[in-house]
Amino acid sequence: MTPAGTVGAAAQVLLVGAGSPLLVGVMRQVRARMEGRAGAGVWQPWRDLRKLLRKEAIAPDGTGPLFRLAPLVLAGTALVVAAVVPIATTASPLDGSADLFAVTALLALGTVALALGGLDTATAFGGMGASREMVVLALVEPTILMSVFALSARVGSTDLGAIVTSTLHRPELVASPASLLAAVALAVVVIAETGRLPVDNPSTHLELTMIHEAMVLEYAGPDLALVEWASAMRLTVLLGLFANLFAPWGIAGASLVMLPVAVVVFTVKVALLGGALAAGEVFMAKLRMFRVPELLAGSFVLAVLAVAASFFLV
Amino acid sequence: MTGTFYVQSLDLACGALVLAAVLVLWRRDLRAIVRLFAAQGVALAALVAVLGVHAHDAGLVAVAAGVGVLRGLLLPLLLRRAMRAGGAGRETEPLVNVAASLVVAALLALLAYAVTRPVVALEPSPATHAAPVAVTVVLIGFFVLVTRRRALAQVVGFLLVDNGITALAFLTTSGVPLAVELGVSLDVLLAVLVLRVLTTRMHTAFGGTDLDDLRELRD
Repeated sequence: MTPAGTVGAAAQVLLVGAGSPLLVGVMRQVRARMEGRAGAGVWQPWRDLRKLLRKEAIAPDGTGPLFRLAPLVLAGTALVVAAVVPIATTASPLDGSADLFAVTALLALGTVALALGGLDTATAFGGMGASREMVVLALVEPTILMSVFALSARVGSTDLGAIVTSTLHRPELVASPASLLAAVALAVVVIAETGRLPVDNPSTHLELTMIHEAMVLEYAGPDLALVEWASAMRLTVLLGLFANLFAPWGIAGASLVMLPVAVVVFTVKVALLGGALAAGEVFMAKLRMFRVPELLAGSFVLAVLAVAASFFLV
Repeated sequence: MTGTFYVQSLDLACGALVLAAVLVLWRRDLRAIVRLFAAQGVALAALVAVLGVHAHDAGLVAVAAGVGVLRGLLLPLLLRRAMRAGGAGRETEPLVNVAASLVVAALLALLAYAVTRPVVALEPSPATHAAPVAVTVVLIGFFVLVTRRRALAQVVGFLLVDNGITALAFLTTSGVPLAVELGVSLDVLLAVLVLRVLTTRMHTAFGGTDLDDLRELRD
């Protein structure tokens, strides 16, 4: 455990915690501008959160402790993942005990907690959203594992920091087929996991199509603020993980001096990725729910091919 | 062209080859399928060109140019014409649904890897290491041939098989004689021409190109 790693991990949590609503704001702003609207500005998600936090906490009749715990678990797992994943530093002190499998499990834990919270309200929408989220989760988890596994096979370790460091040392590996296939698979999965178009539409409350919004329909006040904040953090962490797995340049190793640079570079990378994602969404329609498994099966195949390629194209 | 750059470009061409084959399984739009087939033809040409440049073989580079023109331009052009004459632009209902066939493609890739291990072990080199990719394309082509209903999609399946066989030939033998490659290419061209005429006739006779409707004899 190095002091630089500890400071880096703390910086990562602060950066993700404070920056993720801004990322959502940037994405909404990009989208608004491209659709010819003025947009509410990048600070709007923070204003929304402040407004929600000042409200009184209300739980619907008949809901148990699960309903109250779900947002806390979701936000907690997101914060832990933010500390573990190589965002600004590869030398996080938690890195040794939390590898790829732990990160995937933590993300899944948050999703399952929220789905249980949705079921706990016993409303039609909560149940529908929860069941859909579970369908997506069941298809997404193996693909995340497989696509990162393709990258970890050549490193010989499932430690995310080690994978990023090895890509730093051998940049030519980024253009290998295994890496490219894994990048495409992981991109599809990140989009599905964070509930963006074309899998889920984050800005609609149309009952036929919503997944994530259906689960959180009964939340209000500080609980809703927590859920929104955690969703933004998950988006930031997944985009950051994607950026650093395939373009790790600028990340700080064990040196304290590089840390501010790494933070700035990470912010730029994630803002660019988020902007590109939002710009792509303008031109896209949501897929029918029954077509979503097709898309995810496709990304799973790409991930399997990436693993295969990392073994037989050596 | 030496060392890592050779291996990298070879692997990239192989990756594009198998990616195009998987995407053919994924898409339903016949126009997109033909476009993907054209892209695969270009990837195959690039693969042969890389091998040719690496072996300093001008003949092989010429073959690469021929492969590119035939499979990247001529055959897609013919298919597009057949499509214009043949009406319906979508693969409506494949026998195996798309999600399942994608998973089958993954299994086929593993199978290809398993069966080519002895071949790779004979003479390990970057080119022979890529042989499983070519076999995967052959198997995926067979799968398209078996499960798709539209005549045009089946033709593309047949051509995928042929692309795979060609890739396998170049990867494992480091250079097919020009005469042999020319003969095979002309055969393929002829087959596509015949199938195109057949598709058009089918369309005018039955009003569709769904091959499952053609099981019964009638007068």
